[in-house]
Amino acid sequence: MTVYRLAAVLGLATMVLSAPEAMADRDVLHTERSLYQSIVVYEQGGLRCMSFYRRAVRGARQTCMKVANPNDLIFDYTKMMTAALYVVPEPARILVIGLGGGTLPKIFEKLLPDARIDAVEVDRAVISVADRFFGMRAHDRLRVHESDGRVFVKRAIGRGSYDLVVLDAFNQDYIPEHLLTQEFLTEVRQLMKPGSVLAANTYTGSALYAHESATYGAVFGQFYNLRAGSNRVIIARLGGLLSREELQRNADRHEPALRPLGVSKDWLLSRMSTDVDWRRDVRPLTDQYSPSNLLNNHR
Amino acid sequence: MTSGLVFGIAGWSGFFVMALELLGGRILAPNFGNSIFVWGALIAVFMMALAVGYLLGGLWSTRRARVRDLGWLLGLQAVTTLVSVLLSDPVLDWIFEHVEDARYQSFLAATLLFFVPTMVSGMVSPCAVRLLVPRAPLSGRYTGLLFFVSTFGSAAGTILTSFYFVLWFEVNHILYGLSTVSIGLGLLTFGWSDGTAV
Repeated sequence: MTVYRLAAVLGLATMVLSAPEAMADRDVLHTERSLYQSIVVYEQGGLRCMSFYRRAVRGARQTCMKVANPNDLIFDYTKMMTAALYVVPEPARILVIGLGGGTLPKIFEKLLPDARIDAVEVDRAVISVADRFFGMRAHDRLRVHESDGRVFVKRAIGRGSYDLVVLDAFNQDYIPEHLLTQEFLTEVRQLMKPGSVLAANTYTGSALYAHESATYGAVFGQFYNLRAGSNRVIIARLGGLLSREELQRNADRHEPALRPLGVSKDWLLSRMSTDVDWRRDVRPLTDQYSPSNLLNNHR
Repeated sequence: MTSGLVFGIAGWSGFFVMALELLGGRILAPNFGNSIFVWGALIAVFMMALAVGYLLGGLWSTRRARVRDLGWLLGLQAVTTLVSVLLSDPVLDWIFEHVEDARYQSFLAATLLFFVPTMVSGMVSPCAVRLLVPRAPLSGRYTGLLFFVSTFGSAAGTILTSFYFVLWFEVNHILYGLSTVSIGLGLLTFGWSDGTAV
């Protein structure tokens, strides 16, 4: 009975993957079918982008950089991620889960010359594309690990702590469901110490919003909730949030370095809300209950 | 009447296997992740368990043929699944600590937790064929129909689990529910007075 099942799965996969290309106005630099996705690197209007779709789909860009100014931050969510530095101004050890084009590790590497950064990516092909096309070079202070994020975190428990943990393994189309549960966040929490900060790139505009909020709230308590368009970034701190004055001070400190990259402190500070704008009566996501992708399809 | 029950059991068994396989991925993910080799290990273990189950079920069917034997198989399917649910945390943690390579971790875990219930499910089909086929010239027709029912059951188990059950229930609760249905269906066979099909 199972041979037919496998054949059906493979047939469907082939149909999805061989959709015709429609990228006429784009200069495609590289295409690759990795174990996890189809990777396309293209240039358009001075931007070099990585997409996991062969066809041009709106909002499906994973990562982009300006060819002329590779360090500029383009997406609102990457800008909002830098607000983590307003909460922990000088992290010595940083863990980034989910590499993409390496935008965030590169930014932290540039802003914090003394920080030691571990970046974790499950897809070997993404690691090599980040290196070849997005200037994401691994070295002593910036190590890239090919691993499932959850497995890396579990193995790292008890081997020192991180001052900043960045979760960037999610995109609009697919959520690794085992990276969005109370148990996983509790494991991440074990990698943190008082004063450590977690920054996560997440979702708005679906039933997932409330569930996700409940999940982060269950593990970290109150958090900063930053929103811009369809982007949402959650920033939590072990040991309580900072006062407005402290945030302001840290923002001032990073302003000279961040401003040239396209991030303004007023824009960011005004977004660091602690208001609860979600339904409180939903259940947190757990390893037993984690239909994140289904919830994200419920508008 | 009896053949209806036999077909029902074969269809349910197909449903059960695919639901267990999908939820198996969920059970392994917290320890071993969602990498392609985790799914590879899981699918391979299910295939091997079904293969061995077909073989053993075929051997068993030559000895005797009673509908209630299918009932026993369903009961065993339920009990071994419940044991796996209860043991999963300590087993997975032990493997995480003691096995280095992530591929063999997931392979070993899938084997320890899912081989036996899947093998037992595989034993259902050949036993069902034995009960259904009245004479040799009709064997192909009945076998084809049985494959249809059990594979259709697999498709239904896949769709319902991945589209709906995980949205409504917790993983363990789904497995408890599936096991309860198996036990109920198994008990039904004991009410069958003649004990043989056709």
